[in-house]
Amino acid sequence: MSATTRLKGRKIAVHDMSLRDGMHPKRHQISVEQMKTVAVGLDQAGVPLIEVTHGDGLGGASVNYGFAAASDEDYLRAVVPLMKRAKISALLLPGIGTVDELRMAADCGIACIRVATHCTEADVSEQHIALGRKLGLDTVGFLMMSHMADPSKILEQARLMESYGANCIYTTDSAGYMLPEDVAERVDALRQGLKPETEIGFHGHHNLAMGVANSIAAVTAGASRIDCACGGMGAGAGNTPMEVFIAVAERMGIETGVDTFRIMDVAEDLVTPMMDFPVRIDRNSLTLGYAGTYSSFLLFAKRAEKQYGVPARDILVEMGRRKTVGGQEDMIEDVALDLLKNRSVAV
Amino acid sequence: MGSCGMEKVRCALIGPGNIGTDLLYKLKRSPVLEPVWMVGIDPASEGLARAREMGLKTTDQGVDGLLPHVHADGIQIAFDSTSAYVHAENARKLGELGVLMIDLTPAAIGPYCIPPVNLAEQLERGATNVNMVTCGGQATIPMVAAVSRVQAVEYGEIIATVSSKSVGPGTRKNIDEFTRTTAGAVRDVGGAKKGKAIIIINPAEPPLMMRDTVHCLTVETPDQAAITASVHRMIAEVQKYVPGYRLKNGPVFEGRRVSIFLEVEGLGDYLPKYAGNLDIMTAAAARTGEMFARRLQSPGAVAA
Repeated sequence: MSATTRLKGRKIAVHDMSLRDGMHPKRHQISVEQMKTVAVGLDQAGVPLIEVTHGDGLGGASVNYGFAAASDEDYLRAVVPLMKRAKISALLLPGIGTVDELRMAADCGIACIRVATHCTEADVSEQHIALGRKLGLDTVGFLMMSHMADPSKILEQARLMESYGANCIYTTDSAGYMLPEDVAERVDALRQGLKPETEIGFHGHHNLAMGVANSIAAVTAGASRIDCACGGMGAGAGNTPMEVFIAVAERMGIETGVDTFRIMDVAEDLVTPMMDFPVRIDRNSLTLGYAGTYSSFLLFAKRAEKQYGVPARDILVEMGRRKTVGGQEDMIEDVALDLLKNRSVAV
Repeated sequence: MGSCGMEKVRCALIGPGNIGTDLLYKLKRSPVLEPVWMVGIDPASEGLARAREMGLKTTDQGVDGLLPHVHADGIQIAFDSTSAYVHAENARKLGELGVLMIDLTPAAIGPYCIPPVNLAEQLERGATNVNMVTCGGQATIPMVAAVSRVQAVEYGEIIATVSSKSVGPGTRKNIDEFTRTTAGAVRDVGGAKKGKAIIIINPAEPPLMMRDTVHCLTVETPDQAAITASVHRMIAEVQKYVPGYRLKNGPVFEGRRVSIFLEVEGLGDYLPKYAGNLDIMTAAAARTGEMFARRLQSPGAVAA
């Protein structure tokens, strides 16, 4: 039996990332007006879930990650009331944001909170997941850099998040490193090991051009939520491009509720014109996927290349070699300075 | 030795966990402090057994087990490395008996203490309970202060990266307390108008050494020479009690941004060397205890 027939009639929810992960290639400078326009377009196209936050989540505004054009609160207060059907989510990384920001976002009317930790450190999410659930939010546990742990470890960590109150668990390919088999193994472990009512999600990056294939592998293995970015606008080579995934899903009979032509138009007419540069696979974003490095490091490495004359690719490979995890943007300048020192020693 | 001919000041440790045990190793070497009691709550605690082997009196009855002995054993200083919740009670009970408290929990009942920045001030003010902030605070706030003592800092931000193995269950359960407390102390002790703190936990094997990045945004264009000199002076101050405290890169200047990259290697007393984050807490607490002890030995010298 082919996958096409096996997946026919499967209902899943897509979650748009262009206004949150897409903040990375925009250096967090998406305006409130742009947020509103794109979100309305996505809502009209039938996208059920849309994330709106600083690229590094609530409280991400910092020297380390960049200050956004507006505050999380300004973005949320502007976008939430405009939604007819779509629900708005916010991202929160414990260690960066706190429950104070979660309460603020809940007050703005978000319907979903996604609490993200490194894939082996789920126990820092207890207070945030518990509060999300207490506030009546759709509460998602988000295990980043999932390629760095084997499926049994991912399941162990997912169970912690489930025990704190998460009703959905994501295995997240933050580096765009995983191949379809890697995704299938992790989703399968979660599907076997979590409660039947707990949903499973997958968040991909397109650094090895695997975004769509990995997402299909996830659905095949039992995932019911898939993160995509309209126009592919996300960190690194972007996330799974929404319009491509929707078209493929339609061909396979997977029901997303999203209108294929309308979502193409949002990508082409609204999101792509916003980009400061084409978000695509190039030497540096490909290196992220190849070396297993956090996708958000891309622009920081390019900036360090400009400032110190050390190739961004060398920096990204070294970041991967040092087993850095999400949020360690501060190491990029440090690594660039180290590489510079080593080079002057060598000469 | 400054304490020449004087009797050591006797102290108690509450909480025989990793932090308490590492602190005990440090206090055993102190020329001015004598650790006498270790307080726990679990009769089977390895930490209590180890303390007994090192010649301390122990109780598994919590702080109540210590109270009847405070006067008889002349306990004047207590180090608390339990939890914020327990510390409040410990502080009240021991405070009534006149014991000075050095608080390594996030309770922060007393004022924050970062030894090279404001310990002298706390001694002058006659503080009886000081709080050691957080590991990230101990590692980074000296650098924020090194910039703010040269010129006004509008915004101070610290990023502490620590190995997964060095972060205990208490910190994990309430990680917001770390970010809030550290950010507050970046402002109140570091001297930045606004403070922000970020903690990253990295599980790499072998475990990575504690790394810290400090970003300051100055109000006016930074005076590069003066800030660089001030940073180096402050590094030397911290190295007096944490020899493995190192400036790895920087200070880097870009516009009004000043960035400092640090590495903290622990002494490896009881805790492994990579856990510089824990070592800097116990080392700062021991240093604070010693300064309190000197005040007790010769009140005239530092009293206001």
